[in-house]
Amino acid sequence: MKLINDREKEKRERYYLASQWELMWRKFRKHKLAITAGPVLGFLYFLVIFCEFISPYSSLTRYPKYLNAPPQRIHFFDEDKGFQLRPFVYGLKRKIDPETFRRTFTVDKSKRYPIYFFVRGEIYKLWNLFESDLHLFDTEGGPIFLFGAEKLGRDLFSRIIYASRVSLSIGLVGVSLTFVFGLILGGIAGYFGGVIDTIIMRVVDLLISIPTIPLWMALAAALPRDWPVIKTYFAITIILSIIGWTGLARVVRGKLLTLREEDFTMAAKITGASEGRIITRHLLPSFLSYLIVSLTLSIPYMILGETTLSFLGLGIQPPAVSWGTLLQDAQNVRAVAHYPWLLIPCIFVITTVLAFNFLGDGLRDAADPYK
Amino acid sequence: MRRVIQLIPLLLALSIISFVIIELPPGDYLTMRILELRQAGTEVGEAEIARLTAQYGLDKSIHTRYFMWIWNIIRYGNFGRSFQWDMPVSEVIGERIALTMVISICTLFFTWMMAIPIGIYSATHQYSSFDYVFTFLGFIGLATPNFLLALVLMWLSFTYLGISVTGLFSPEYVDAVWSWAKLWNMGQRLWVPVIVIGTAGTAGLIRVMRGCLLDELHKQYVITARAKGVSEKKLLFKYPVRMAINPLISTIGWLLPAIISGEAITAIVLNLPTTGPVLLRALMYQDMYLAGSFVLILSTLTVTGTLVSDISLAWLDPRIRYKGISE
Repeated sequence: MKLINDREKEKRERYYLASQWELMWRKFRKHKLAITAGPVLGFLYFLVIFCEFISPYSSLTRYPKYLNAPPQRIHFFDEDKGFQLRPFVYGLKRKIDPETFRRTFTVDKSKRYPIYFFVRGEIYKLWNLFESDLHLFDTEGGPIFLFGAEKLGRDLFSRIIYASRVSLSIGLVGVSLTFVFGLILGGIAGYFGGVIDTIIMRVVDLLISIPTIPLWMALAAALPRDWPVIKTYFAITIILSIIGWTGLARVVRGKLLTLREEDFTMAAKITGASEGRIITRHLLPSFLSYLIVSLTLSIPYMILGETTLSFLGLGIQPPAVSWGTLLQDAQNVRAVAHYPWLLIPCIFVITTVLAFNFLGDGLRDAADPYK
Repeated sequence: MRRVIQLIPLLLALSIISFVIIELPPGDYLTMRILELRQAGTEVGEAEIARLTAQYGLDKSIHTRYFMWIWNIIRYGNFGRSFQWDMPVSEVIGERIALTMVISICTLFFTWMMAIPIGIYSATHQYSSFDYVFTFLGFIGLATPNFLLALVLMWLSFTYLGISVTGLFSPEYVDAVWSWAKLWNMGQRLWVPVIVIGTAGTAGLIRVMRGCLLDELHKQYVITARAKGVSEKKLLFKYPVRMAINPLISTIGWLLPAIISGEAITAIVLNLPTTGPVLLRALMYQDMYLAGSFVLILSTLTVTGTLVSDISLAWLDPRIRYKGISE
């Protein structure tokens, strides 16, 4: 009995002694959706970091015999041999419809291609640095299309993984730009107040009142088409952050305005702390958690923005791929009706955006000391 | 009144942004046009180039062109000439802007008609199974961008119903003069874009409404009223709902830009005869007067809409109304 009491006491004491971050972590753990969203995002980003290794082919490798081939199912059971430890896919047989001249594929059960892991395949350069030809998986005998192939016979799975690298990273890069803009401008407005504050807040009001997509479209259309991929990529992130910083600047300003009046700020001033020290040492930690929440929630909007622009053909240009450029193929409803796997990138977009929203929600609840 | 005056610098800033957009692309339409003509084998003489340059005002400095543009808009309602369509911008966009407005306003009403009842239900039946269903649907709605929803809807209706939901009119009405029949025809097809554009906003509003109403329901005046024996229905609709709707009206500020922006992209996917597709094509061909005018008009409409919402909020909420007078 005493033991339980002691343990209970210890637990309570730990709660009282816990640091701010520890308390937040405890609250965050209670948010089930946020807890599941974290690993999902972690997995997606892991795929993206090692995308050359994980995808069996490059995003541009063409298999002319397999134009618009359907996704292949991974099998463990063979009709003759029963269960097998090594998974395999059946081959595809091409048929041309005599009336419509449309290619259709049927599963050819006489051909079995076993899947091997950690195999040598196409040569690539990981992060443009290390040359290698090791791939996570590939089949022997014929190509494998987990998500089917698109109209030029390129593997959709590989393309989606490569596209995720662009789309997912643009969210992070865009958010760091937003962070810098928002923090500096919001900080100036909130800390100094007066005329500067009025001007910055009016600009924020102005930018918020413009419908974003037409503005993004107009700015993105001004980018020259012949720019190299990397230049377009950064230009797009800058365009996305032009609107993005406004929300953050508002949060920062509002928080600073209230914190400026707090007693501890006054105390720091009286003891002679410099303005830079007050901002970084006393003010910033007080609303850092809000910043993190606000940033997490703005990442999905960046990703959606890029996807939308690329979908319209104004964003990332081929040969580079992003979720938006992949979805361009799905614009034609007839193509989608025949080849519904072209909509698979949608699943990635929605999953990512949902996961970021859940994560942000969990963080917000955790960061709110009054909840 | 003060709000109306504040609108003027805002509109001025918007016009400058729109003009910057017009001037932004490195090349201009004229050089492209001349190249095209030359490729087609037509000889373009120096005199012809000079005439075209003068006609489009391309020989003058940037600020002169800006003032010319603005002056023509204010004085004559002339937004410049669309190079691509070879007619005045106002003629190209007039009907399209009107249709955009119709769709946007319908969407706005749709959003509220869906969000308010669902929000009330979710708040009064907190943690019930339907509350969870609506919360889940709301999250999906927030996470799905308009164009994806449009794509999926198009695909589903094409494969399972065999109909194509693109466009706003049946083929026989596309070029017809406006009539009741055409209006009816539009009404039958309007629901697709309205649902597509409205879903995200509805999802957001449900959460706002639910949150606000939950806050109100726990306040003491509700308990007092209940203690005095006011019926639950009257209790709910007379006070807390009214209080919770106010913040909803102030959300027009972000809802309206989102709707107009969503309208643009949905219109491109669904091929609606509104602003989106024309804006995209104008940008592709660097028909910048057309594109700039679109941005200007769309943002002006948004700003005006926000102003109207602020005024109606003051009219609806006595606390704001009286504070305004006492100031």
